[in-house]
Amino acid sequence: MPSVRQVVKVGMADMNDCSPPQLLRTSGLGSCIGLVIYDEQCQRAVMAHVMLPDSSMSKPGALNIAKYADTAIAAAIEKLESFGSMKINMQAKIAGGAQMFSFAGSSEIMRVGPRNVEAVKKFLNNYQIRLIAEDTGGSNGRTIEFDPEDASLKIRTVNQGEVVI
Amino acid sequence: MKRIQSYHLDILKEIGNIGAGNAATAFSALLAKPIEMTVPSVRIVSFQEITELVGGAEEVVAATFLRIEGEVPGSMFLIVPEDEAVQLIYDLTGESSKIGYSEMGLSSLQELGNILAGSYLSALSDFTNLNIQPSVPSLTIDMAGAILSFGLLEISRVGDFAIVIDTEIREVTNEYGYASTGQFFLLPDPDSFTPLFHALGVDLHA
Repeated sequence: MPSVRQVVKVGMADMNDCSPPQLLRTSGLGSCIGLVIYDEQCQRAVMAHVMLPDSSMSKPGALNIAKYADTAIAAAIEKLESFGSMKINMQAKIAGGAQMFSFAGSSEIMRVGPRNVEAVKKFLNNYQIRLIAEDTGGSNGRTIEFDPEDASLKIRTVNQGEVVI
Repeated sequence: MKRIQSYHLDILKEIGNIGAGNAATAFSALLAKPIEMTVPSVRIVSFQEITELVGGAEEVVAATFLRIEGEVPGSMFLIVPEDEAVQLIYDLTGESSKIGYSEMGLSSLQELGNILAGSYLSALSDFTNLNIQPSVPSLTIDMAGAILSFGLLEISRVGDFAIVIDTEIREVTNEYGYASTGQFFLLPDPDSFTPLFHALGVDLHA
């Protein structure tokens, strides 16, 4: 009997990690970013469902580190390091950042998809994590699944089928 | 949000009731069919739960989205399941669109959202005497999670919970039966609660 692979789910503004044979999945990415940082050598991956570009946008109170690009990347690196991974071996793949609705003269917050993409790339660069592949922008929702075994990221959309990056 | 008591939620429920009642009347007139709405539910839900209200993050829905500007900013959605959207387009235009959507069909669906949200919000504005301006609506057909997260952006800067005023709109099919047509979601921004309750003579700081 073929074994069913366990899927570790990542909710909105949430973060999780896994190792093979588990998979990481987050569903319904719109303007949010599905960020995966992984290390192929130690076969570990962390996925975050990032909603906003920068933690400086947060109002005072408890900070959810998985919600913002800057804090999510820092936390993901720390998590991988706790499994013995070296930063030099860490790589990233990202998907999401769509513009779900189009408005004439849209306000800043409505452009959050493209801004999320820019922010994630900027912070990955700051932390010197290589971005291996991306599927970003457009106006489609995405559901993504990451397999830490071969570092493949499967992206499913409603209108444009499936791609693997 | 910690200051919100159960009687505050009851007041929000009444607001949903007034808005959706007006929208159901407009809907009924538009389709020349009896349309009813359920008593709204007002819930404080986590971001994970909110997509469950429409059947899961990956459920494909047709959503008309409006930003509400003015004294009580927020987001509003009219969410229609995909198969129901096809039926609505047929009712509105006489066009059958099993495969793909025509521009005419999508445009009529967006206009429907505009009319219904407009009547919902104008009832709200009349009742509270607050200045409420809906933005131009925008329609998309996609995964519910991708759509709803858009309305959560302002809220997400403050916390991981949202107050959702959720009303189901349904068609009366016969004496005993109903068929669900869609759902209204009103998601007030966190800054909206103080002016909203103040306009209704209820103090949030009590």
